[in-house]
Amino acid sequence: MTHAAATHPTSMGLDSRKMAFWAFIGSECLLFGSLISTYLVYKGRSVVGPYPHEILNIPFTSFSTFDLLMSSLMMVLALAAVQRGDMKWAKIWLFATAFLGLIFLAGQVYEFASFVHEGLTLQTNLFACTFYVLTGTHGAHVTVGVLWLLTLWVRALQGKLGPAHAITVEISGLYWHFVDVVWIVIFTVVYLIQ
Amino acid sequence: MSGTHEARGLRSWLLTTDHKRIGLLYFWTAFAFFLVGGLEALVIRLQLAQPEGRLVSAETFNQLFTMHGTTMVFLALMPLSASFFNYIVPLQIGARDVAFPRLNAFSYWVFLLGGLLMNASWFVGPLFDAGMLSVAPNAGWFGYANLTERQFSPGPNIDFWVLGLQILGISSLAAGFNFIVTILNLRAPGMKMMRLPTFTWMTLVTQFLIITAFPVITVALVFLMFDRFFGTQFYVHQAGATPILWQHLFWLFGHPEVYILILPAMGIVSEVLPTFSRKPLFGYTVVVYSGVLIGFMGWGVWSHHMFAVGLGPIADAVFSATTMLIAVPTGVKIFNWIATLWGGDIRGTTALHFAVGFIAMFIIGGLSGVSHASPPADLQQTDTYYVVAHIHYVLFGGTIFGLFAGMYYWWPKMTGRRLGERLGKAHFWLTFIGMNVAFFPMHLSGLLGMPRRIYTYGPDLGPGIAQLNLVSTVGALLVAVATLVFVWNMWRPRRHGEAAGNDPWGGATLEWSIPSPPPVYNFSVIPTVESRLPRWKTEHHAAMRDPPAAPPAPIHVPGGSVWPLVTALGLPVLALAPLAHALWLAFLGAAILLIGIYRWAFEPFEV
Repeated sequence: MTHAAATHPTSMGLDSRKMAFWAFIGSECLLFGSLISTYLVYKGRSVVGPYPHEILNIPFTSFSTFDLLMSSLMMVLALAAVQRGDMKWAKIWLFATAFLGLIFLAGQVYEFASFVHEGLTLQTNLFACTFYVLTGTHGAHVTVGVLWLLTLWVRALQGKLGPAHAITVEISGLYWHFVDVVWIVIFTVVYLIQ
Repeated sequence: MSGTHEARGLRSWLLTTDHKRIGLLYFWTAFAFFLVGGLEALVIRLQLAQPEGRLVSAETFNQLFTMHGTTMVFLALMPLSASFFNYIVPLQIGARDVAFPRLNAFSYWVFLLGGLLMNASWFVGPLFDAGMLSVAPNAGWFGYANLTERQFSPGPNIDFWVLGLQILGISSLAAGFNFIVTILNLRAPGMKMMRLPTFTWMTLVTQFLIITAFPVITVALVFLMFDRFFGTQFYVHQAGATPILWQHLFWLFGHPEVYILILPAMGIVSEVLPTFSRKPLFGYTVVVYSGVLIGFMGWGVWSHHMFAVGLGPIADAVFSATTMLIAVPTGVKIFNWIATLWGGDIRGTTALHFAVGFIAMFIIGGLSGVSHASPPADLQQTDTYYVVAHIHYVLFGGTIFGLFAGMYYWWPKMTGRRLGERLGKAHFWLTFIGMNVAFFPMHLSGLLGMPRRIYTYGPDLGPGIAQLNLVSTVGALLVAVATLVFVWNMWRPRRHGEAAGNDPWGGATLEWSIPSPPPVYNFSVIPTVESRLPRWKTEHHAAMRDPPAAPPAPIHVPGGSVWPLVTALGLPVLALAPLAHALWLAFLGAAILLIGIYRWAFEPFEV
């Protein structure tokens, strides 16, 4: 992993990769903003069922949400461990974060499969289109995050991740927390406020 | 690779991460697409020169105007601006490269491949059991739903458009993050934000617009892609959806896009005018803040593209007001430019001709733009040639004039030789006369009732319309001749051109303090900046001393990398999967992407 940039002084005093990532997150806000807006604009306009209140499983998704929130906690612990050079716990927390991410994805696969089973496919109605594309885009982001975290975990196992790379872990954490926050919004808008 | 000598050969260009080389690659690629888009425009004009024109069929005509608009916006004007972002911005801020050189190479390759994919649609008809020239995108450059739905556009035409634009968006987004960080973080000591050259400032605003506007069109395109390939109903009326969603998403992107196209040109003009008036830019601070304000206000005017939809009196009134308001910071800039010239020690170079031409043409385009701000007037103008006249005064008279000014201004820096001034003047006057002859009559033909996007018209469409169309065609041919003069002017000085030296114009900004073309490391010593016009003597500051010709210490120059190119290749392969209905291509594309990204992440590369 390249880390030479960290040694260069920058005009704003902020690591260039971190600044780029903040800009990326700003851009992602517009992406999810457009998706969520579309969901809201099309809410209640489906002409055939199943409708959201007939199919959304709030208790199950609350568990997924809790799982993703806990993964953010693991991420914080992972970064703290890397920063203080405690690679044993860094490995544990990195893997735990990725693992909770995998559980969330498994939950989404189960959710999608059961919806299809109940007659809500991608083509069924407007609710299906907007719901699947919105939550699917989020799921794709979680997948990228899991791959990223597992990569860092493997690097840690190989002994190639140390406190000098804390910035890389910090940036992956920024991404992970952002994806988590987006889910909080989606959970509220799609599941809780029906 | 450490060292300061230039690598040569094709391989060195494929692997390059040098912002200057990438700038040149952007320039030549975008200029080639500019010629393609111009050729498409010429065929359109020849078809419309007379009533009952039969040069091309209606189907071909639809493809021509769609590809002309799409090519000019996404493949010519934006990347021509990007060539100056690449070449000039690091030099203006006193940096040795951009913040992420490999990401920069990636942006270029993605742009090239996306452009080629889009234009391949002209030739690959036989692969889809259709003729040549029959599967290019054909629903207009803003591709309104639900015309673009599979039901109404069954062929692969719109697929090329949807997939090509998504790829091009990735290129722009990657460059956006890169240049934001470059400008904020790689400034030379003393180069405070309010000492940044105006071009660099406008580049910064443009990048913020890009990273916020492109996600919106990406979402719109993803919806359309899902509708076309996976049977969703995002724009299908019968399912309860509304095609107006596309219009909102498209113009939410589309209006900031207008400023993405014009702000860089405004930045160029703000560099050229002071240099050739030998005066600092009048009201630098106001020009910068106006640019920033335009960036913000550009987000609040999109529905003026949609007055004909019937959004209701409140929406119409609000967007009418915001549209008139955004003319204020634009007008402020125009007065600042004129005041810069006022009382200046003016040298009438070709660059200055184009810069002044920009002001004049942009005023006309701005005035017709304000006339669209009134919904009742706009209803008369929508879908007529009046709108075509407006967009061409803004994007040709505005953006292209600004870009030409930039070409004449920075060509010596980029190549080491000046462009011919006599040929340059001929190029300017032919372009200036040609564009006015071509586009001014369109105001009239439009108001007289000539609709846009009709492939032919009857002699009884309206009084004088046929004559006005003929005049427009003559103007288009004049612009074509002018462009040939420019091509000749670019070709000629390779051997015979006057050597530029470091600073042929007496410029105030850092790029003129180093050789032309600059050495691979740019600055032998990173300069320290003490004023807004570092190379000019001002009341409070002496002119800076230029860096020494030879670097006093060895300079580390990052080596090239193949992985940006490999990663970029994954995207068109991925896009070919739905076009060819081949799942294996999707896996192949994803594999290329993954391998490219991992090798990229783990290769040793020191900036």
